[in-house]
Amino acid sequence: MATKASRSAARIMMAPAVVLLLGWMLIPLSLTVIFSFKKFLPLRGDRITDRGEGFGDFMWEYVRGFPTLDWVGFENFSRFVGSSSFWPSVWTTLVIVGGVLAITVVLGILLSLLLDQPMWGQGVVRILVIAPFFVMPTVSALVWKNMFMDPVNGLFAHLWRFFGAEPVAWLSEASMGSIVMIVSWQWLPFATLILLTAIQSLDSEQLEAAEMDGAGPLQRFGHIILPHLGRAITIVILIQTIFLLSIFAEIFVTTGGAFGTRTLTYLIFQRVLESQNVGLGSAGGVYAIILANIVAIFLMRIVGKNLDA
Amino acid sequence: MKLKNALRAATALTLVAGAAQAETITIATVNNGDMIRMQGYTDDFTAKTGHEVEWVTLEENVLRQRVTTDISTNGGQFDIMTIGMYETPIWGANGWLVPLDDLSEEYDVDDILPAMRGGLSHDGTLYAAPFYGESSMVMYRTDLMEAAGLEMPEAPTWQFIREAAAAMDDPENDINGICLRGKAGWGEGGAFITVTGNSFGARWFDEDWNAQFDQPEWKNALEFYVNLMNDYGPEGYATNGFNENLSLFQQGKCGMWIDATVAASFVTNPEDSTVADSVGFALAPNSEGVEKRANWLWAWALAIPAGTQKEEAAKEFIEWATSKEYIELVAENEGWANVPPGARTSLYETPEYQEVPFAQMTLDSINAADPTDPTVDPVPYVGIQFVAIPEFAGIATEVSQEFSAVYAGQQTIDEALEKAQALTNDAMEAAGYR
Amino acid sequence: MARAVTTKRKTLTTALAWAIGLLIFFPILWTILTSFKTEAQAIANPPIFLNFDWTLENYAIVQERSDYMRFLWNSVILAGGSTLLGIIIAVPAAWSMAFVPSKRTKDILLWMLSTKMLPAVGVLYPIYLLFIELGLLDSRAGLVIVLMLINLPIIVWMLYTYFREIPGEILEAARMDGATLKEELLYILTPMAIPGIASTVLLNFILAWNEAFWTLNLTAVDAAPLTAFIASYSSPEGLFFAKLSAASTMAIAPILILGWFSQKQLVRGLTFGAVK
Repeated sequence: MATKASRSAARIMMAPAVVLLLGWMLIPLSLTVIFSFKKFLPLRGDRITDRGEGFGDFMWEYVRGFPTLDWVGFENFSRFVGSSSFWPSVWTTLVIVGGVLAITVVLGILLSLLLDQPMWGQGVVRILVIAPFFVMPTVSALVWKNMFMDPVNGLFAHLWRFFGAEPVAWLSEASMGSIVMIVSWQWLPFATLILLTAIQSLDSEQLEAAEMDGAGPLQRFGHIILPHLGRAITIVILIQTIFLLSIFAEIFVTTGGAFGTRTLTYLIFQRVLESQNVGLGSAGGVYAIILANIVAIFLMRIVGKNLDA
Repeated sequence: MKLKNALRAATALTLVAGAAQAETITIATVNNGDMIRMQGYTDDFTAKTGHEVEWVTLEENVLRQRVTTDISTNGGQFDIMTIGMYETPIWGANGWLVPLDDLSEEYDVDDILPAMRGGLSHDGTLYAAPFYGESSMVMYRTDLMEAAGLEMPEAPTWQFIREAAAAMDDPENDINGICLRGKAGWGEGGAFITVTGNSFGARWFDEDWNAQFDQPEWKNALEFYVNLMNDYGPEGYATNGFNENLSLFQQGKCGMWIDATVAASFVTNPEDSTVADSVGFALAPNSEGVEKRANWLWAWALAIPAGTQKEEAAKEFIEWATSKEYIELVAENEGWANVPPGARTSLYETPEYQEVPFAQMTLDSINAADPTDPTVDPVPYVGIQFVAIPEFAGIATEVSQEFSAVYAGQQTIDEALEKAQALTNDAMEAAGYR
Repeated sequence: MARAVTTKRKTLTTALAWAIGLLIFFPILWTILTSFKTEAQAIANPPIFLNFDWTLENYAIVQERSDYMRFLWNSVILAGGSTLLGIIIAVPAAWSMAFVPSKRTKDILLWMLSTKMLPAVGVLYPIYLLFIELGLLDSRAGLVIVLMLINLPIIVWMLYTYFREIPGEILEAARMDGATLKEELLYILTPMAIPGIASTVLLNFILAWNEAFWTLNLTAVDAAPLTAFIASYSSPEGLFFAKLSAASTMAIAPILILGWFSQKQLVRGLTFGAVK
């Protein structure tokens, strides 16, 4: 049993991590919230401090809520939602996250079942399968976009022509599918690995017993393997969602947000960096945080059940 | 950075004052061929001045995002930034750039082409020195035109372009009648459709900053473009930008290509181009009866952000990189066809350069472009393929995304124009114009 | 009795698994192969698979344009530094969560994970301004801190799930023998936790290596890692598949090799407590 002393020691040991993350969350968050109520157009000369005033002055202006910027109330918020791009971008975000999750989980289960079977060269196959996880998102987007999906010189175009078909302009005609595919390729190894480890921990006697009782492969899968994988699937979904909600490089490199691939993150990027409207973008950031939290609460409901932390 | 600057300042103080101090300047630049070539000659600069150079080479979109963030927050990461004709007047007006009004005699600032100098100035003060300048023009395959029994006029119309595209289009041999930009992005397809609009009598804004996408001229321009490309353009043109089209043209897959004049040296370079010896040039087209042509004006230029500690060294670099001597240096090593074009009058007076096949047409195209009078109807803005206001890049990128969705067959022209109209007016309202 | 596996079945699974494995790996393989072709061969139709004249020219061009070693070194320092720092901060936190759990432990853990959901671009301006004021722009120290903070929740979580699998009885026994907290940590827990820490280190090294938003936007020269290196090759003029492939190969090769050599350790820790 934990003693009082070890409890306070535990608090002290947790403190650095908690304090740092709290700072990392609160400082940007509060800045985002402040800016979202402000007119902040850097290219029109709006500045929050003048150069050379130093960190103290920055903090002082910060504490006072940046009085050099005009307060505009909820204008940025209503404008961000009022834009015709807002709801499509939320939808796009959910479709990409959902699509990638569905593909990686389903293929991940199949692949991990396969890799669990006895075979020659299992180690090498596993290496091949996990390799995409090591590739930088920028690089993988560049490689897919140019060397595979290019409608003239891409490998797919060559392949299509070989079979007498008209090459497909993947990134414009099947933009969402292409992006979901690229991202799934990157995340399939992660899902497969976690699921494979889970399958390997399955008691093989249980399976054998079921087999002797005359349960077919499908029944064995449905009644024994799948329930056993529940926890692993939850983890895959949780971790991937966190990363997928903020995917950026894949879209920036391939479509630049065109052809219906503008996610909420990308829309905020466009407002902040392309339109140079920090106030408007910050309002978008607040919405994104709200969306992320809705997803998080939703996830934690499921995870909470499965994850008896 | 501050600590570092302080340290550098301290070391600088210990050096003997008076003598030219050797500094290390950081330059952000775009990964275009001419810039990469310039990096190769850095040693020449170092030998002449003693200053070292650190290069930050980025792809155009990343570069723009990087330098804009840095300059608007006064980040001080770069001593020289490579920027374009769009940014220069806006940043200059904000007082973010060091005025280039005290360049040396030998540099001969009056030699810069007037169109370029005008576009890189604000209120008559030069804020960035052009490294190379460009307009746009028609590049076409002389062999295919001949086979089709057509002759390209010096100044074609869009209607003729369509006729020629139809004649040269040859899907069986993998030849598209015409290749044009369709890629989303204000500097890519956005620029192209804007000048196409100009040549059909369209404009971005009326004199009260109201968006004009509900006007028939825009619809005409877009319909013409989409029909032309659907009939005779390459597969997937909705994602083709400058680089994609260049690659297609070099592989002999385009009958015509209307794009930047700088491309001329790439398509006529036998090392990279399979069609190097059969390329002809003509002025960018206009629609019959419209006085404005579809040629833009652009320069990649070098500017010094205000507040840099190394202003003097940076100026020395700019004088070196955009000088007549640099042009000669490149000409000597790589031939006259490979020098950075479109910046200096004296280049076009050099006899050797006049022999380069595209030299005259480049100059004519540049001279035909007037940023202060870009459209048929009067407009409140300066700029041909862009509108020189800070909000434009964001707006035009979104508008061009709507257009690219049309090119990909995902929405109709009317839907796209309606959205473009709404989002432009909305953004202009947010910025306080309306 | 183990299930008897017929050779036929094993052959079939082997064939199928290899086919799928190669399919998944193919984009990487193709990139590596293309990096040794000439630009013309890189786009040839029909595509050339192996029978081309291998050339190192593309690597030479890329190296001439940008000093690869400097970017590589920065990547190593940023990924290594942030992982090390993260581990130092996360081990005590995860330890206390695992062995002295309170009612709020789970909430704290999930809250930590939720900090990862903040959209990075929304806070680029504030962070950039903060970095200017603190003089951290383009410094390795600044990037190490940011990357550490980004990955800290994952590190804490991984370590926590790993530590939880260490049976509490051992600690009890040690305490009975009069071991102090320090001794408990040093001599009992650490050795048992090393495999878990190793895989945590690996995963976070990979994540930090591949992070491309902050590392690109907060650096210029001194701290620019391989993500910035690749940003100058995304769309050069003319034919560029071979050069792009060479640059891509250079950017991913170190981490790919590291990943392969250490995949056993990585796999062991990648469970996030999924295995009971």
